[in-house]
Amino acid sequence: MTSAMLAAVGEVGEGFIQERTSDTLPCQATDKLFCFDWARENIGRYEEPTIQHLELVVISVLLGFAVAFALALLAHRRTWLRPPLLAGTGILYTIPSVAFFFLLEPFTGRSSETAIIALSVYTLQIIYRNTMVGLANVPASVKDAARGIGQTDRQILWKVELPLATPEIIAGLRIATVSTVALATLATFVNGGGLGEQIFRGGNIDFTTSIIIAGGIAILIALVFDVLLLGLQRLVTPWRRAVAA
Amino acid sequence: MAAGGGGVIPLHHTFASLGGAFEFIFSPQASNVTGGTTVGGLDQVIELTVNQLEVTVLALALSLFIALPAGLYFGHRGTGELLAVGLGNAGRAIPELALIAFMAAAIGVGVLNLTIALAVLGIPPILTNTFVGIRQVDRATVDAARGIGMTEFEVLRKVELPLAIPTIFSGIRGATVNIVATATIAPLAGVLTLGDFIINRNVYGADGVLAGAILVALLALALEFSLAGLQRLLTSKGLKPSTA
Repeated sequence: MTSAMLAAVGEVGEGFIQERTSDTLPCQATDKLFCFDWARENIGRYEEPTIQHLELVVISVLLGFAVAFALALLAHRRTWLRPPLLAGTGILYTIPSVAFFFLLEPFTGRSSETAIIALSVYTLQIIYRNTMVGLANVPASVKDAARGIGQTDRQILWKVELPLATPEIIAGLRIATVSTVALATLATFVNGGGLGEQIFRGGNIDFTTSIIIAGGIAILIALVFDVLLLGLQRLVTPWRRAVAA
Repeated sequence: MAAGGGGVIPLHHTFASLGGAFEFIFSPQASNVTGGTTVGGLDQVIELTVNQLEVTVLALALSLFIALPAGLYFGHRGTGELLAVGLGNAGRAIPELALIAFMAAAIGVGVLNLTIALAVLGIPPILTNTFVGIRQVDRATVDAARGIGMTEFEVLRKVELPLAIPTIFSGIRGATVNIVATATIAPLAGVLTLGDFIINRNVYGADGVLAGAILVALLALALEFSLAGLQRLLTSKGLKPSTA
């Protein structure tokens, strides 16, 4: 209903009436912001890029999480590792993704692997830092109590510290995921697939209808991931709900 | 194609070398496509670097002009948390490529449009961090400042702002990293930055692409380190961590 109304509004705009160049490509021209006819007929072509985009994001974030989490656990024990790890992940985070893609290209080629490596490297800093903050925020008294009831260091880490750090860890995961969804649009520069393909269209960025659809899907994916991760946090930290109630 | 089938192109045509990239940076090369004209070389590198810095500074200035007063105001008043923090989260979800492409296609190319698009990426982190930085100042400290007779403006300028500097600065650094990174794809919006080396492979060749990537990475790191230094200068002595 709403979309039909919007379409109707669009149709009274000046310069709207155009000849269809073909049945499959109505109003390919650039003088309209959004072409509903085209969108209706071509929405199917976004299915594969969307799936590719999801793959890029999920693989990159999981990879980044695995590495960052392992680094955080390592630095948790060996404090001398903290300054170099923070600086190292910070430097990697600062390098713009597009630059990173092409720094990797001579080694990994024009592929989704190149995109995945760059995107996962980008998540390291956020996840590493949040995990460290979460672990640092665990009150010393709680750790003392755990030690008092006879828990080993390993038990304290997995049964006390990590569960209490979960909100911060998942907060980092949310930031990393949402950023990665947005950045994954750039994967198209190295033939990495994803929604960026429908925006960039081989350098033709004049078709706003496709830019809006692909950009809109990307924002929607980010939103869905954000909500899902928030739900996951609620699920794995039931004690926080008890406190809140 | 001929080499191994399946679209495989001989290595030396596809891949750049580090040596080639440095050569590209320091001395002009014959372009791949346009016979006679040269590409690369220090002159062009400097020109494009200046362009990229220019749009970055412009966009950062615009972001600061909008986000800093708003963050200070809302933070001091303690209102608008949903807006300030929500905007920060929403800002991260904006796909850079879609934003630049949309601005270029719908409104037009040029420095002004690009600056606005880049500022859209810079505003959220600055606004959120300014708000959070001011809000997290100990309320007892603020009360004490009021108690000794400071006006609201003095409280903000002499107490809240100095204490919030580290948080505000990490927002500004985040915004800068975002903006300079996205300025790399500015050639799509008709502004030639170092990203042109990267995006226009057929003009600059594989060595040019690698050179562009190296230069963009160095530029972003240089900006980040300068801002980190500036932050250290601006942070009040009492706030500096003695030993981390």
